[in-house]
Amino acid sequence: MQEGCRSAGTHACLPPACRRSRDRQVRACAPAFLLPGGIKDTMSLLIKNATIVNADGISDGAQDILLDKGKIAKIGKSLRSDSAKVIDADGKLAFPGLIDIHVHFREPGREDKETVETGSMAAAKGGFTTVMCMPNTCPVIDNAMLVEGIFEEAKRVGLTNVIPIGAITRGQRDEELVDMFELKEAGCLALSDDGKSVNNSRMMRLAMEYAKMVDLLLIEHCQDHLLTSCGVMNEGYQSTVLGLKGDPGVAEAVIIGRDIELAHYLKTKVHIAHVSLKRSVELVRWAKAQGIQVTAEACPHHFTLTDESVKSFNTNFKVNPPLRTAEDVAAIKEGLKDGTIDCIVTDHAPHTQEDKEVGFDNAPFGMIGLETSVGLTITELVDKKILSWPQMADRMSAAPARIVGLKGKGVLAEGQDADVTLIDPNKEWVVRKEEIVSKSKNSPFIGRTLKGKVFVTIYNGKIVYRDA
Amino acid sequence: MEWTRRDLIDLQDLSKEEIELVLETAKSFREVSTRDVKKVPALRGKTIVMLFFEPSTRTRISFELAAKRLSADTINIAASSSSLSKGESILDMAKNVEAMNIDMIVVRHKSSGVPKILAEGLKSSIVNAGDGCRSHPTQALLDMFTIKEKFGRIEGLNIAIVGDILHSRVARSNIWGLTTMGANVTLCGPSTLMPPGIERLGVTVSYNLDEVIPKMDVLMLLRLQKERQEDKFLPSIREYAKVFGVNREKLKKAKKDILIMHPGPTNRGVELSADIADSEYSVILDQVTNGVAIRMAILYLLSGKKGAE
Repeated sequence: MQEGCRSAGTHACLPPACRRSRDRQVRACAPAFLLPGGIKDTMSLLIKNATIVNADGISDGAQDILLDKGKIAKIGKSLRSDSAKVIDADGKLAFPGLIDIHVHFREPGREDKETVETGSMAAAKGGFTTVMCMPNTCPVIDNAMLVEGIFEEAKRVGLTNVIPIGAITRGQRDEELVDMFELKEAGCLALSDDGKSVNNSRMMRLAMEYAKMVDLLLIEHCQDHLLTSCGVMNEGYQSTVLGLKGDPGVAEAVIIGRDIELAHYLKTKVHIAHVSLKRSVELVRWAKAQGIQVTAEACPHHFTLTDESVKSFNTNFKVNPPLRTAEDVAAIKEGLKDGTIDCIVTDHAPHTQEDKEVGFDNAPFGMIGLETSVGLTITELVDKKILSWPQMADRMSAAPARIVGLKGKGVLAEGQDADVTLIDPNKEWVVRKEEIVSKSKNSPFIGRTLKGKVFVTIYNGKIVYRDA
Repeated sequence: MEWTRRDLIDLQDLSKEEIELVLETAKSFREVSTRDVKKVPALRGKTIVMLFFEPSTRTRISFELAAKRLSADTINIAASSSSLSKGESILDMAKNVEAMNIDMIVVRHKSSGVPKILAEGLKSSIVNAGDGCRSHPTQALLDMFTIKEKFGRIEGLNIAIVGDILHSRVARSNIWGLTTMGANVTLCGPSTLMPPGIERLGVTVSYNLDEVIPKMDVLMLLRLQKERQEDKFLPSIREYAKVFGVNREKLKKAKKDILIMHPGPTNRGVELSADIADSEYSVILDQVTNGVAIRMAILYLLSGKKGAE
């Protein structure tokens, strides 16, 4: 996500006085809002009559799930517990806690847009029990101290499991590698220069070789910046009519092609961030058929919206990579269906209204997504028979856990971590600006009716969100 | 035909009848500018703000003269982008201006879509005086007025727009307007400056000016911005002038009554030779004169809708 030609403007840090602008009141209120009914942290939970959805199938009838001491203690019919708090999940689907491996929380540096705390609230509301936040903050998360800082703050907030992604190159400057062993030691599972590509091909080669040794996943934002050349939307008929500078899809495809070849040559893996293009899907499909270790992700907005939306000049539709054509949307759906695209991520990218209201050319790239991801996936993919429920569990939990190597997550089974997302599959709701808990409200989906809503989110055995 | 619009944002929105109404209205205003007392009281008591975020000489002067000849009060705001870098949004700024009870805002901005955003957020009439590469409706209207003045019609004429189509709002607005009016539009320019998918707007694309010229009734030349060469879209200005520049030699095969138009300012020796700019074919100064009449017509028509919402 983000970083365009005006990156200096859109990513500039606030003056020091504004930097630690975390809203103390939100800090005090958030857990109360998210832990209704005075539920004790230590209490065990018994989910009654849920239909369990795992990547390998749906449970035979309704099941009970007992959560105790942060683990899934037991699954079965008619479970009893004297001490456990009971959640009636009749008619609800129980998913393994959802995982989003691509979000932006803006901390440190732009706490006016989002913090680990407000981002965690949005994640909990969206059903996500693990999120991985990108390092294009200010300063860039490229050393152990910053990584540890994010872990600490996330732990204090305690609403979701936040795992910071470290940068690939120091300062994301594309000049020298970060100290990868140190970042691994600090708890990183993956590195990315997201916001931009590692454009220097030799640097990417070295990063891939080194990361293989350290056993870190590299997540590549694929975009040849010289080809993109300050484009603000997809290059094509719509950019021609709207008189906006186009970002040609080929800028994405050439870097995917390069990285696939590097992965093949170095016999290592690479993960392709936010695939937006039909051609990209085809390249990844081809690479997988060759046995090259490539994985890929796609965002709800890229399987829902096209570049036609830009004609409103609403800057909430300005995103990087840009919204493409109907043909690309269809290809991404097909890729998600056949598994070419392994997982769904939001690329949750908060921006303040003031930053967005500066005209289409100058507005920063990005849209928030955590609170609408489940609704869009059910509405656009499951309801339209593109994904089955188990496939949704795979793309939103099992697959991302597998890709980044998360232990104890991604499967709803005894002995696994007590991360559970309960979903009401039939509930229709309207996305409303005033109900967004993310600090920024830059969603292009405001006003849209979605089917399927998160009912309860349980993280680490605790209820962190319950639908009102 | 009754005018019902409050804003003029883009010619894409206008019907043939609406364009004809503007041209008809401009005809009567053209006469006003030839009088001794160049003023009518049509917009007396109205306040019109010229909000120019991008430098402009002729368009701004043309709008200002038009407003003054209609007896409106005018204010010029040359807003550098720096006045917005303090965290104020464009809409905020315009709302502040509007709060002083103004009636119309004539806006130019280097970013496409800004007039549309203002029209959606404000109560005043918004007139687009050029936004990014997207739209310059009054320029296209004055071009059409000039063509109609010379040929008596627009329908069925063969009109070529020549040059940097990719970055031209003049080209886009003329494409919408001229095709609506039934002209056959050909675009001619270097392939690196031809936007993708433009054929879908009902135009013909050619890269060979020599082949195009003999069929044309009108050649509309676009200014080649020097920056385009710096951006490496072209090997050299020299080659551009040779291949896509118009000179007397190239016009040998042209129709006798061909019109040469240019939205100005011209790069003599690049898109056209000096002798052509001043030749009998050139209507470049007529365009400028007609610009005032067209803008008077637009301000007049839009003012009728003031407060309609």
